[in-house]
Amino acid sequence: MKTGIRLTAFFFSVLIATAVYAAEEPQIPHLDIGKGGQCVEDPQLMRKNHMLLLMHQRNETMYEGIHGKYSIVDCVNCHASTKTNSVLGSNEAFCQGCHVYAAVKLDCFECHSNKRSVTAEASK
Amino acid sequence: MKEANLDRRDFLTKSSVGLAGLAIAPGMLLFDLAHARDLAHAPVLNEPVSNKVRWGMLIDNNKCESGCTDCVTACNTENGLSGGTKPTDSQWIRKVQLKDTLTGHVSSLPMMCQHCEHPPCVDVCPTQASFKRADGIVLVDKHICIGCRYCIMACPYKARSFVHEVLTDQKPDVPRGKGTVEACTFCVQRVDKGETTACAEACTKAGHNAILFGDLNDPESDISKRIRTVASTQVRADLGLNTGIRYEGI
Amino acid sequence: MQSKTFSRHESRYFYALVALGVFVVFLGYLGMHTMEEHGHIVTGMNNQIVWGIPHVFAIFMIVAASGVLNIGTIGTVFGKKQYKSRAPLSGLIAIALLAGGLAVLMLDLGRPDRMIIAATHFNPTSVFAWNIFLYSGFFTLAALYLWTMMEKRMNVWSKPVGFAMFAWRVILTSGTGLIFAFLVARQAYGSALLPPMFIVLSFAWGLAVFLVVQAALYAWNGKVLDPALLKRMKNLLGVFVISSLYLVAAYHMTNLYFAKQNGFESFILRDGGIYPMLLWAGYVVVGSLLPLALIYLPGLGNTKMVVTASLLVILGSFALLYVFIIGGEAYPLSIFPGFEVSSSFNDGVIGSYTPSLPEILLGCGGLAIAFLISIISIRVLRGLPHDVADATAMNDD
Repeated sequence: MKTGIRLTAFFFSVLIATAVYAAEEPQIPHLDIGKGGQCVEDPQLMRKNHMLLLMHQRNETMYEGIHGKYSIVDCVNCHASTKTNSVLGSNEAFCQGCHVYAAVKLDCFECHSNKRSVTAEASK
Repeated sequence: MKEANLDRRDFLTKSSVGLAGLAIAPGMLLFDLAHARDLAHAPVLNEPVSNKVRWGMLIDNNKCESGCTDCVTACNTENGLSGGTKPTDSQWIRKVQLKDTLTGHVSSLPMMCQHCEHPPCVDVCPTQASFKRADGIVLVDKHICIGCRYCIMACPYKARSFVHEVLTDQKPDVPRGKGTVEACTFCVQRVDKGETTACAEACTKAGHNAILFGDLNDPESDISKRIRTVASTQVRADLGLNTGIRYEGI
Repeated sequence: MQSKTFSRHESRYFYALVALGVFVVFLGYLGMHTMEEHGHIVTGMNNQIVWGIPHVFAIFMIVAASGVLNIGTIGTVFGKKQYKSRAPLSGLIAIALLAGGLAVLMLDLGRPDRMIIAATHFNPTSVFAWNIFLYSGFFTLAALYLWTMMEKRMNVWSKPVGFAMFAWRVILTSGTGLIFAFLVARQAYGSALLPPMFIVLSFAWGLAVFLVVQAALYAWNGKVLDPALLKRMKNLLGVFVISSLYLVAAYHMTNLYFAKQNGFESFILRDGGIYPMLLWAGYVVVGSLLPLALIYLPGLGNTKMVVTASLLVILGSFALLYVFIIGGEAYPLSIFPGFEVSSSFNDGVIGSYTPSLPEILLGCGGLAIAFLISIISIRVLRGLPHDVADATAMNDD
């Protein structure tokens, strides 16, 4: 009985060790953050809560006409890749990279433009 | 045995404190967030819209020129529409050619969402995606539109279109997407910046001045002054919808 | 087929039927996936005809679901004993049909991934929103109704629940009519006759579906239906078909009374090409007169004739719904009464619509869902009616 338990424990640890060794390094996305610089909020806060901020902002904009600082257009204008002018298109792109990694469906760009707004650039 | 018990107790205390810390930490972050959002509310860029304003339009059928489609082109350019006229293409504004069956008189006028005060599309929308903003502009909240097309069935003016295919190249200020319903927004992206609608601007530029856009609730606005002086009607006035768009000369 | 030999192969036949059902559901899934991936451009629908074949299938199934439950309520609420044993079967078919119809309706949405939003954002003035509440209630009440009938301790509750079920389905079917009745701007729809018309149609379509399913079940299980009961049910179908004809006629006649509706009625009744053809040949002749002949002509009262009559009624119902829904949309809106209009957006022009394969597959998939739920639940919950006559029939083999 004791030998059985010890053998099982040994084989189990071998199994786990192999799995850990064989596992790949997590592919944390290397994002192209576009223009970069100072975001409207702290990056860690944004990572956790950008969806809530966007949702609250969209309701304010739609129903009250308030164009606040969490506007998705402003997000895209800043974070769109300076090469492709888009937040989609590759797994390094700002929005697509993390969403593909986290396997969370991106619904925003079914309707919203994923490209940097040229007129906004001209006015800046 | 006593020592083992003390160790176990110690372990349990430390690990539960650790776990509690892990559980509360995201809450602290959100608490921070709550603070942050209070700060964010301070520099609000503009005030919420209110019903002190009611946006409306006066269209002069006599000045509208048959064959001119400048308003349609301007709308398409401003809102990123394809401009196509296949049965599945979206048209937010269209020129309608009218022929009086009794007198034979021919004319044309632009027809778009009438931004009714009592919109049937708002009544029938199951998710309240079709809504009337406080300043009278009737819009579709495409975040919650499920694409049931009931509003298209209900609209007396055939104002709404359903997006039948995947869209790319949307204008940044005019989000549009497959599977949702859309219509004329009175160029809300321009109105919120204090500008006039694209169709009114184009008609003025073309020299016809058939489309006049403004605040119906402001007695000193151009549209209010003109509406007091000329005879105008609503299309399908019998439905009692009190449209925001009135027509002169039909 | 002798019942003894049949029972040996029964399981095999059952699994074959289930496999067929699953296959058609899969085809329906393919249709729905194409629509969701590429948008409604792959269908025949456009900005003039926004509700197409899927709505025809869905509304048939939803209306028939409420009507099928009638058989049960005739027994439970009106106390007709021979119908009481059929009540569980009617409940199961009703749930199956409603599930199939709702599946088609929800998968035809432009954004079916947002289905949940319909439940979380509720517009009290929208009949569609009421329907979400009414349909969920229907499922719950129907399940409760089944429970009161199948669980001996609960039998005493079957009458009150049956009453509640009856009232609920009248409201639900009126709601289906109200979907259209509230569209005052469309000449085809803004009529107060529509809720009662849909209620009577539900009686006819529900009974027709029930007769077909009952006949199939009896044949597959080697049972024989009491000819007296068959006669009563077929005569009842006759009454319902006549009442439906009456209400459809009344609806068209009231439309004709309004001078400004003349154009629309001429279109539907005479000039519209496929629409008058479907209405007269499809609904009136094939869907009503022919079944009435099969039902009432002397000497034609056997099971085969009754099943044929029921199937014809069902075919006629699809024709009627096609004319009502699609014909009603094809006729242009009268935006400028007294003017001839034309534009780039099909103003003043009859809309064109051709059903496409994805839509038809989706509709058939819904029927298959109803079929699968029916046969599986009937087998598992033993929904076959227990007639006294059965015992004697079995002993004869």
